[in-house]
Amino acid sequence: MHSPPMPLASASLWTTAWQQLRRNRLAMVCLGIIVFYALVAVYAEGVYWFYRLRQQTPPYKVVEFESRFAQPSWRHPLGTDSLGRDVFRQVVQGTRIAFEVGILTSLIAIPIAVLLGALAGYFGKRVDDLIVWLYTVFDSIPGLLFILAIAIVVGKGLLGVCLGIGLTTWVGLCRLIRGEYIKHRDRQYVLAARVIGVSDWAIMFRHILPNVLHLVIISFSLRFPGAILTEVVLSYLGVGVQGEPSWGIMISDAKLRLWQGHWWELAGATTAMFFIVLAFNLFGDALRDALDPKLRTAEAKTA
Amino acid sequence: MMAYIIRRVLYVIPVVFGVALVTFILFNVVGWNAASQMLGKHASPEEIAALQERLGLSGPLYQQFSHYLWQIVTLDFGRSYATNQKISTLILNGILPSLSLTVPIFLIDLLLAIGIALVAAYYRNTWLDRSIVVLAVIGMSISYLVYILVGQYLLAYRAGMFPIWGYETAKYLLLPVIIGVVSGLGSGVRFYRTVMLDEMYQDYVRTAFAKGCTQRSVLFKHVLKNAMIPILTSVVLSIPFLYTGNLLLENFFGIPGLGYLSVEAINSADYPVIKAVVFVGSVLYVFASLLTDICYALVDPRIKLR
Repeated sequence: MHSPPMPLASASLWTTAWQQLRRNRLAMVCLGIIVFYALVAVYAEGVYWFYRLRQQTPPYKVVEFESRFAQPSWRHPLGTDSLGRDVFRQVVQGTRIAFEVGILTSLIAIPIAVLLGALAGYFGKRVDDLIVWLYTVFDSIPGLLFILAIAIVVGKGLLGVCLGIGLTTWVGLCRLIRGEYIKHRDRQYVLAARVIGVSDWAIMFRHILPNVLHLVIISFSLRFPGAILTEVVLSYLGVGVQGEPSWGIMISDAKLRLWQGHWWELAGATTAMFFIVLAFNLFGDALRDALDPKLRTAEAKTA
Repeated sequence: MMAYIIRRVLYVIPVVFGVALVTFILFNVVGWNAASQMLGKHASPEEIAALQERLGLSGPLYQQFSHYLWQIVTLDFGRSYATNQKISTLILNGILPSLSLTVPIFLIDLLLAIGIALVAAYYRNTWLDRSIVVLAVIGMSISYLVYILVGQYLLAYRAGMFPIWGYETAKYLLLPVIIGVVSGLGSGVRFYRTVMLDEMYQDYVRTAFAKGCTQRSVLFKHVLKNAMIPILTSVVLSIPFLYTGNLLLENFFGIPGLGYLSVEAINSADYPVIKAVVFVGSVLYVFASLLTDICYALVDPRIKLR
């Protein structure tokens, strides 16, 4: 007699989540958009370094004064700005800045959140008190003002923007990670590891961390759009990236030009930004539902 | 219960101290050379020293910190570097214009968002619900700056329906309030819809349906009441942000509130003003979260000592 084939016993969390995501057509479209933007960003990074190393003016900075404020045309698909620079090329370069901001802020915020959350949840007691106190303090300071204050004190520019956003946005993830570590620290696999003499450090980061890694992935995809939107505000307030075309600078430059009827700079940067932020928002939601459906409300409640 | 409340009240002290410490580290330790930044390259050492003295940036750190703590206790944050006005006066003068902008935005947003979220929850998993969610996410994906730029350009400049700039009569607040409401609606709707759908799948809701309650009575009598707890939390916790105003809207429409003050201070690197606004905003938040926790403890007997 034939028994039906056993389902694969150990389809991992990642495999199941991926299969669920694959069936979600909207999420796949969004992932496609994200990959496309990432490729554009890599291309723009290449252009930037190519001209920088050869010490030439990159094409997106070439000033053609006679053709300033040109309407969109074949030569300039999105027209030109007040100095006759090509807007389309600037939008492409803006993608590079957006990805740099998104990735760098994550590289600052996520390690802080994971390290502090793990220490607090695993050790508890005094360590926990101290870290909870620290993130309560950070959580109390008004977000945008805090970011601005850090960016000004550190100095205007990419570093200031990334430090500002990075140092102020780790609290939510830290709280979630701490909660997970509290749940995991008394599980049997942890007790077993402790009995055979595995060090605390190894238990925290080799044994428990893989079990909470999905939170990090979700947090990464949900923080990206926030970082891009914040960069625009910071650029408008004059503490953003200096001397390079970012979407934020283009949008804030458009403030006066719009009134003169030059809409293309605003339209180009806004459209470019809209699709990547939308794609990240929708993909992040789908990813969260696939990896950890319970998180939806946990996040809503701490938001 | 009483012990919990007392402990919770006392916890305010270390948190406020922490806020003071963080702002101190930021402005006095990391930003120690503020004086030379403000004066530019050509300042003489004497000028820099004099300004450092005025900013409370001279002397050993422990002395600077105790000076800062004294400012906090006496609620006297010194004078603005740019305008030489007293900072406490500047902040007090800014609160009313800020509130006149943020309170209407907040209330209208709250009512609209909860209303739309209820509609979405009522028609959950239909095309109406789905289009509401899609519209909400689309609304969230547009930069705040674009809402303001386009709104000001189209409605005030082109259509001439509203004054463009200024703070004289209530009419001047109309457009900033509309823009504020529209731009905040997306995230609000999504948040309240999530909260309500979360309640929808609770056992008591299934029981209510099983008893034969109608969709409407379940939604309004059961779900909405239970969803009030997360809703109230988010409401109380956003109250402090009403005071700090709205940086971009106030700047674009010339509303002389705390947001306007902050942007001015940022543009002129006026550290003492930024420091004071950040500190006051944080303290308001600390007290709002204290209030939330106490209300929780009073309402929900399950919350005990931790």
